[in-house]
Amino acid sequence: MWQFFHKLGSPKWFYGISTRLMPWLLVIGTALLMAGIVWGLAFAPKDYLQGDSYRIIFIHVPTAFLAQSAYIMMAVAAVVTLVWRMKLADVFVKAVAPVGLVITFLSLFTGAVWGKPTWGTWWIWDARLTSMLILLFLYGGVIALDRAINDEKSAARAVAVLVLVGVVNIPIIKYSVEWWNTLHQPATFKLTEKPSMPAEMWVPLLLAVLGMYLIFGWLACIRMQTEILAREQKTRWVKDLVMAGRH
Amino acid sequence: MAFDSFSAFLTMGGHGPYVWSSYGAFFVLMAALMISSLRRRRAMLDACRRNFMCQGKEPGRADRPAATFTRVEVSQD
Amino acid sequence: MTAKAPDIRPVTASVGVAQAMKSVFLRDVRVAFRQRQDLLNPLLFCVMVVTLFPLGVSPEVSFLREAGAGILWVAALLSVLLSLDHLFRHDFDDGTLEQLVLQPQPLFLLVLAKTVAHWILTGLPLVVLTPVLGVMVQLPGNSIAVLCLTLLIGTPVLSLIGSIGAALTLGLRSAGVLLSLLIIPLYIPVLIFGTGTVAAASEGAPVGAYLALMGAFLVLAVTLAPFASAAALKISLSNS
Repeated sequence: MWQFFHKLGSPKWFYGISTRLMPWLLVIGTALLMAGIVWGLAFAPKDYLQGDSYRIIFIHVPTAFLAQSAYIMMAVAAVVTLVWRMKLADVFVKAVAPVGLVITFLSLFTGAVWGKPTWGTWWIWDARLTSMLILLFLYGGVIALDRAINDEKSAARAVAVLVLVGVVNIPIIKYSVEWWNTLHQPATFKLTEKPSMPAEMWVPLLLAVLGMYLIFGWLACIRMQTEILAREQKTRWVKDLVMAGRH
Repeated sequence: MAFDSFSAFLTMGGHGPYVWSSYGAFFVLMAALMISSLRRRRAMLDACRRNFMCQGKEPGRADRPAATFTRVEVSQD
Repeated sequence: MTAKAPDIRPVTASVGVAQAMKSVFLRDVRVAFRQRQDLLNPLLFCVMVVTLFPLGVSPEVSFLREAGAGILWVAALLSVLLSLDHLFRHDFDDGTLEQLVLQPQPLFLLVLAKTVAHWILTGLPLVVLTPVLGVMVQLPGNSIAVLCLTLLIGTPVLSLIGSIGAALTLGLRSAGVLLSLLIIPLYIPVLIFGTGTVAAASEGAPVGAYLALMGAFLVLAVTLAPFASAAALKISLSNS
């Protein structure tokens, strides 16, 4: 068990395994995502309330899911960084934060564009929109702090503390924003959620979500590899790797 | 097929601009993210290789202690 | 210079935790009173921010009455944010902080003592100032009283959460802006409940439950924030 744990923490081992894993992640992820999107755009039936604008859901929901779970994954990695000082964990946090920022932005953007035909406005201070916006700020703070600290080890641990403070706050922020929303504005607008989506709608959605997660995995791998190379560039195994010319 | 014709597919029942602009932003940003990640790794591999080649040419430099800084600033876009 | 020399007595193992916390607290208060301008600045800032709103938006009574509580809360939040930079900075520059970390007493309790001192010196004066500002933005008397109560419970939370950010950004370039970036998202729940309580009070609703929720925030912040800032302080000190 501990042997495995140790191996998992070794950058060299990770580099090797991720190089083998990445083509699969990319191919299967892209295939699933494109299948979901094409199915959703062209073949899924029209929503009787929102018309065709609902087809944005096939990218909006995957990005929104991923934006939140990426932060939670970062929080798990932050705990590992602080408790076990595992090198790969802080590489993960550093590599994934910009991806999370872009994906959160995408979910906000697609949400805003969806809102225009559905609610008649680009932006409303809806509880979910507001908490996603705050999530975007949290990602921004993590990236800013990481860039500001020069020493790599302290940067990793400071960022881990910040991510954990953020993750404790996320439920509080979510709860308070929902409370605030019901206080100030009775639910005039709600995402029209029908309790049972027909299968022709949720199957492509599920495909797109899965594909998005796999592509996220690919992005995390390649960015972690870059970071590992930067940190280990003086070591023997990196020398063997780059001189052999296989990458 | 949920649409009668290709032009109906493009107009999306009047919601075309919204649907296509959000899909456009999605594809552009995701592609940019993936390509920039690929290029950053390529640049990093090249930088490592160049380092080792330089060390090979000048034997005096190889046994110097490794540089005192480990953090490398890669252009982040 | 001798007047400003750290007034902390060497703490031996025989000194209890309470005694150590007390001396850290008293020292911070004493140092602050020797630099009175630093005490006054956040208050002046708060008054100026409040002044900007009638000038910038509208001096009409109806607008001010509706937005007043929010304006005062935002102004108080910003002044606390502004003063956070000083929380550890001077001690960091003259090395006192490293002595503090080396003490046998648990660091998070000493940090808690420092944070309490920070609140007494910044948050409490803001609460005292609030009735005057409340009258300036035409708030009714009942709302002013509730506003003071929410600030009394809310500003310690601001200081506690802020201490984490101050510890994380210690010794960095452009620490001030970075501190705001990190901390403002975390302040949002306190702001929402602070202004929400006043809004409920102005509609005549009972506010006991809201105040209890804010109290819960305070308890949560007191129990968790000192640990986080102590950890962050250790990281920042090992960095420099």
